[in-house]
Amino acid sequence: MKTAGVKCESDGKVMTVTIDGDIDHHSAKYIREQIDKAIFYCRPKEMIMELGEVSFMDSSGLGLILGRFTKMRELGGKLILSNPTKQTEKILSLAGIGKLIEIIRGEKASASGKAKA
Amino acid sequence: MKKTVINQMRLEFVAISENECFARQVVSAFAAELDPTLEEIADLRVIISEAVTNCIVHAYKGRPIGTVDIAVRCYDDRTLRIRIRDRGCGISDIERCMEPLYTTDPDGERGGMGFPIMKSLADKLSVVSHPDKGTLITITKKFGRHDA
Repeated sequence: MKTAGVKCESDGKVMTVTIDGDIDHHSAKYIREQIDKAIFYCRPKEMIMELGEVSFMDSSGLGLILGRFTKMRELGGKLILSNPTKQTEKILSLAGIGKLIEIIRGEKASASGKAKA
Repeated sequence: MKKTVINQMRLEFVAISENECFARQVVSAFAAELDPTLEEIADLRVIISEAVTNCIVHAYKGRPIGTVDIAVRCYDDRTLRIRIRDRGCGISDIERCMEPLYTTDPDGERGGMGFPIMKSLADKLSVVSHPDKGTLITITKKFGRHDA
């Protein structure tokens, strides 16, 4: 059973990764593979991870985010998290992710979403 | 005053990752009769997911896959008691597992936040573990304290 979906779009510089559904240990592997494949082909300078449609996230999601953060940094790029839901935000703050990775919300997040379109 | 059990259930399933979603859905559906808030249900789903994932990732590593048992009780004071048991390898150092970022699986991109997150979302958490016999986690979660 696939519990999550992932869509990667790139304009050459900025890659937007939209995740929907549940991010848990089961789905994290699939999401990770899809994102890493897209990073390999697109080599983005910036990756925006759109989290507005994530219905559930546990610590496996933290592992996924921190792993992509490290990967983007190694490539000289940057990761931004966009529009986390209330539940996702709680997990992010329990782990102190906000001190490490930029999180954008509301209008700023939709503006960056328009820029890629 | 002694609290009374108003309902209980047991669930047993094979320790495979497909069942993580199943386990948190079943337990949160069962807890619905205690009329939790959306946030309380979300917290409960995370707690179950973390505990069950630990059984799946760690308990049966390098040995035949066994089962995960979950027993849940609802009490009349709107408390939920959840017991999650595996019959796997056991945890040798429980104290360290409670520390943020500690992981026995650094290549797995797991982050080492499972126990710390469970601890902060539950009202009570206890772990009993014996090498080669398995681990029993007991979690207590009380609902209805944050009524807006």
